Amino acid sequence: MGVGVQVEQLNAWFGTTQALYDIAMQVPANHATAIIGPSGCGKSTFIRCLNRMHETVRDARLEGRVRIGSMEVYGNGTSAVEVRRRVGMVFQKPNPFPSMSIYDNVAAGLKLNGFHNRRVLDEVVERSLHMAALWDEVKDSLKKKSGASLSGGQQQRLCIARALAVQPEVMLMDEPASALDPISTSKIEELIFQLKEQYTIVIVTHNMQQAARVAEYTGFFLMGKLIEFDKTEKIFTNPSDKRTEDYITGRFG
Amino acid sequence: MPNDPITPKADAPERSPSQQRLLDLRRKVTDRLATGFAVLMAVLVVAPLLAVFGYLVVRGIGSLNLAFFTHLPVPVGEKGGGVANAIVGSVMILGIASIIGVPWGIGAGIYLAEYGRGSFATLLRFTADVLNGVPSIVIGIVAYALVVLSQKHFSALSGGVALGIMMIPTITRATEEVLLLVPLTVREAAWGLGVARWRATLSVTLRTASAGVITAVMLAFARIAGETAPLLFTAFGNQFWNLNPNQPTAALPLQLFVYAISPFDEWHRLAWACALVLIVLIVGAVAAVRLVASRGMFQGAN
Repeated sequence: MGVGVQVEQLNAWFGTTQALYDIAMQVPANHATAIIGPSGCGKSTFIRCLNRMHETVRDARLEGRVRIGSMEVYGNGTSAVEVRRRVGMVFQKPNPFPSMSIYDNVAAGLKLNGFHNRRVLDEVVERSLHMAALWDEVKDSLKKKSGASLSGGQQQRLCIARALAVQPEVMLMDEPASALDPISTSKIEELIFQLKEQYTIVIVTHNMQQAARVAEYTGFFLMGKLIEFDKTEKIFTNPSDKRTEDYITGRFG
Repeated sequence: MPNDPITPKADAPERSPSQQRLLDLRRKVTDRLATGFAVLMAVLVVAPLLAVFGYLVVRGIGSLNLAFFTHLPVPVGEKGGGVANAIVGSVMILGIASIIGVPWGIGAGIYLAEYGRGSFATLLRFTADVLNGVPSIVIGIVAYALVVLSQKHFSALSGGVALGIMMIPTITRATEEVLLLVPLTVREAAWGLGVARWRATLSVTLRTASAGVITAVMLAFARIAGETAPLLFTAFGNQFWNLNPNQPTAALPLQLFVYAISPFDEWHRLAWACALVLIVLIVGAVAAVRLVASRGMFQGAN
């Protein structure tokens, strides 16, 4: 089951440029939460702070507190590797491991962490591919084809299956459908709809209709600040902040 | 684009049929010229290799027989004899060189690509580039000073050390280059799964770049396989069987050198045969490694 995410006083920098200012957010468990905002507003940086991917960028640093369930993400005894095992991530561009078969792509998270029980791996791979609605399309070429040989939409679902295979509690999605055609996009959205029953999902999106379709909660970012965070319905019909209204009505961004 | 000859401007006057034909002809001729130039250059690259190989076959094949691969060298004037000990010695020396040079070179390449920032990395890159340009005989002297002098005798080991050192800079720089070609998104995918950094580097990044790394290793291998100068005062050569890496050892390039500088016609013919065998062994080794590597493409994530 998913767990909630609590963010307090989060500030993030790239070198001397501040990217996030005093973000506070309570992401509810087992719901989808959308992060919207214009390009460069810090959406991606924000979710990359949740699974400690931010610190992989050179000269990047941050201050503040993030909790995933009861885990202190930036606590003294918490390792980045441990955090990332519990917080899955799907990236903007599909990024299957090109040198691995479809099967190995899905099994990678377990295998590379030293888990080698064949029978269990088979089960996990099949279950994850089913959840990602990809099983029927690839079941005959699991070990024959490279992950990179699939179409873009299939690759992205493969990446989702790969993230699901390690059974994370929270799933972060950074514009998962922005590089896909409308049919693949609707498949991914359907998937998010099903996944949020079991996982806490945070999805960054440029597409406001997408946010309205899949998410119960929406946060609006502007220039590194969280302007408004509320139920999606409220954000899109009756926002409290003028800037949110300007953005969703298309006056800028 | 200004003066774009291909796209007609919206307000450009219609071309007459004869103008259009002329334009078509010009495009066709230009296309043929450019294609022809590329083909010519490709042929020019392959030609010297084929010429060398063909000449070696013509001059060397007459001296090849079973004894050449199974017997020891014989003195001038005697019939028969071969270079079996030199072939085995070369395999041994190249094996030692690869054991030293491959992990060392790949390791340094990984460091440069994945962690290499700042002045130490700059120094390392500079050192590797300089080392690449150091004459091979100087590397031989280094191995002589390090291994031969301290052991007080020549050996396959010291030859392997010399050739191993020569492999390192080539492999290091090429490994760095091909690792940097692996997109950051692939690394991030591995990190995002909670895979430890070292494991992601070895099992994902290095594996993704494996074809390039193998090419780098084979290039370095092919380059050192024919080296003679560093072996002159390290492996030294040997007219007899030797399987002890700690003893003076024969090697094909050394044997070739001895035969080639001799004043005897018979030995000159043997030198051609040595050269042919050396080239075939190198090509064979490179091809075998490529074959094995390409078979292992979609195996487990280990």
